[in-house]
Amino acid sequence: MDLTLSPEELRFRDEIRAWLDQNHPGPAPQDTEQNFDFRLAWQRTLHEAGYAGIAWPREYGGRGATLVEQAIFNEEMVRARAPAPANILGLIMGGPVVMAHGTDDQKRRFLARILSGDELWCQGFSEPDAGSDLASVRTRAERAEGGWRISGQKVWTSYAHRAKWCMLLARSSDGARYRNLTYFICDMRQDGVTVRPLRQITGESEFNEIFFDGAFVPDENVIGSVDDGWNIALATLMFERPGLGAASALAIRLQLGELAGLIRQNGLDDDASVRRRFARLVVETETIRLNGYRGLARAGEGVPGPEGSIVKIQWASLNQAMTELAFDVQGGAALESDSTWAYRLLRARANSIEGGTSEIQRNILAERVLQLPRLR
Amino acid sequence: MRFDLNDEQRAIKDAIREVCDARASRGEGAETDGAFWSELAKSGWTQMAVPQEFGGQGSGLLELSLVLEEMGRALVGGAYLGHAAAAVLIAASGDEQQRPRWLPGLATADGRAALGQAHNGGALLVDASGAALAVIAGPETAAVLDPVPGALNEAASLDVTRTLHRVESAGAERLRGDVDRGLDRAEVLLAAELVGVAQRAMELAVEHASNRQQFGRPIGAYQAVSHRCADMLVQVESARSAVLSAAWTADHEPEQLPFAASVAKVTAASAAWQVAAASLQVHGGMGFTWEYPIHRYLRRAAAGARLLRSVDHHLDRIADQNGLGAEAVAAGAVQPAYAVP
Ligand SMILES: Cc1cc2nc3c(=O)[nH]c(=O)nc-3n(C[C@H](O)[C@H](O)[C@H](O)COP(=O)(O)OP(=O)(O)OC[C@H]3O[C@@H](n4cnc5c(N)ncnc54)[C@H](O)[C@@H]3O)c2cc1C
Repeated sequence: MDLTLSPEELRFRDEIRAWLDQNHPGPAPQDTEQNFDFRLAWQRTLHEAGYAGIAWPREYGGRGATLVEQAIFNEEMVRARAPAPANILGLIMGGPVVMAHGTDDQKRRFLARILSGDELWCQGFSEPDAGSDLASVRTRAERAEGGWRISGQKVWTSYAHRAKWCMLLARSSDGARYRNLTYFICDMRQDGVTVRPLRQITGESEFNEIFFDGAFVPDENVIGSVDDGWNIALATLMFERPGLGAASALAIRLQLGELAGLIRQNGLDDDASVRRRFARLVVETETIRLNGYRGLARAGEGVPGPEGSIVKIQWASLNQAMTELAFDVQGGAALESDSTWAYRLLRARANSIEGGTSEIQRNILAERVLQLPRLR
Repeated sequence: MRFDLNDEQRAIKDAIREVCDARASRGEGAETDGAFWSELAKSGWTQMAVPQEFGGQGSGLLELSLVLEEMGRALVGGAYLGHAAAAVLIAASGDEQQRPRWLPGLATADGRAALGQAHNGGALLVDASGAALAVIAGPETAAVLDPVPGALNEAASLDVTRTLHRVESAGAERLRGDVDRGLDRAEVLLAAELVGVAQRAMELAVEHASNRQQFGRPIGAYQAVSHRCADMLVQVESARSAVLSAAWTADHEPEQLPFAASVAKVTAASAAWQVAAASLQVHGGMGFTWEYPIHRYLRRAAAGARLLRSVDHHLDRIADQNGLGAEAVAAGAVQPAYAVP
């Protein structure tokens, strides 16, 4: 056990730090669309420096960083308050799925443009009647000349309105559950695809619904085998984002620094109950950071395990609790909606839903780690 | 950087688990822990916490924590924790005269030390009968009571796996070195024991939830039960991460220990109590019987959390370290004291 960075890891960290000092893009714009463009420009800057695909193997244009280096990279980005790259879904899901299950042609076709940000990706999994129960998606794929015709509806699709490609899970046969789905890469820029923005509780529109009305996907855009999409989708969801545990803990830590300031401003730094609630948040943040690092050692030993669910559950409830405390110490200012903390209070409610709800994460821990009997 | 145990550390954990399992399979409990102590002393386990220059093994706090987690899991009586905590306290907080005076004795089989808690002007000693000396800890002090009086005044112990005695502490000699450092190191060992308590309470809940049938299926299939167990896992793993990190920090980056030790104590104390209480709930009426072991874990958790400094004491310290302290207010600082590497 060694919790210090090795000389090579330190060199890597210093390299990233020095680069960030020179290349930081400055403060992010507030407006959702302008913010997205800002993140797109940032991805190009990262790409030019060879940092866009930090976790990707070198043969695909990535940096081939170790798990610890990825964690360091993510932490440095957060520490510098640098934005996330715009094509995040392409980078952490689309690319890895093509690398793992795609043909050589698909790799040539898609990977470089994910990295450069020239083509953005979205994830079309959830549907009105299939959220947690992803295997029951109803969007249909019918055989057609040279490919497939897609019809159906997806929902909650983040950044679909900016995406060129959609990772699409659709029903390709009437076979048994788990053997009737195919994983497609669907071109969003065609007549059979309509994207409608959905307004979120924060007032922004990051996510959308997508209507597919006979949209065409050529055979060469099927990932893996026909009817094997469930297994591929599961693998995608398991692609751990190594080091995100530690980086998201650091992001909260920075906000806790702001929160300490807010508590002092409101004269509550001597209030025992506020102090202890605050300290519990600090403790929880630290355990997420440590669980994240411990998870890296385990992930390094083989396939990423279901333990990632631990950090996902903790992070969601911590972020929610932090924004609640910030609200409790603000006095009358809490009635106004245009503060950063008001935005955070509302946005945090999505944390226990997006990326698999906290209940589903508990199911995963109960069934796959503790081996408890299943309800079904 | 690598956050997991090496082969040697795993071997220590396996070896002490075997020793504890053997004790359990003999059906032994707290009443025979005197004999168990001799067995541990014979194999050298009791010398780990004493520095090499005083005849001990000078093991790292990380290695000691691994032993204590297993002791907690097996609910071994308090002698081992008390001895190890007393040794690290004297080693870290004693001065030039005090260390050579007491530490060599602690490396011998009959030089057992006990831990005590300052209380109402006197002290409560944990598992003190047969101990040669005791270290009495207060929130900001540590003092050595040497010898432990022969005739002890027994008090009823909440933790039924440990004995408790009331003593006068007027004659105890204060440790004159860095008391905080010794208290923090002892706190990590206590936290390690509490992780073991939480771990076993969770194992019992999972076992029961898998076997017990109601309404035609194992109760573990109901989410009200299985999600409770999943939450236990989150708490146990978090506390374990915090303790391993604090123990490593004590050995390698002692200037960071005050924060790490507080995080370890808070997470382990909370995990032990909450997991034991949730485990009792999962057991239903059986969990409320004297014969079934879960109440022993619950009692250990409740008492253990209150040994050394309280959780609230640690929470206050964490608040001070992270932007709510007097210095931070004066300086207008926002930066947390503890920098992530
Ligand atoms: C901000 C945001 C962005 C998102 N982006 C995307 C995206 O880009 N692409 C995409 O495909 N999806 C996206 N999603 C969708 C997200 O993955 C789903 O909302 C989520 O998986 C839950 O599905 P659902 O909304 O249908 O809720 P449901 O599955 O209907 O769940 C409703 C409630 O029931 C509970 N529940 C359901 N099943 C169980 C069970 N078996 N046991 C216990 N409790 C259960 C849930 O935990 C939840 O509390 C996004 C969601 C949000 C909030």
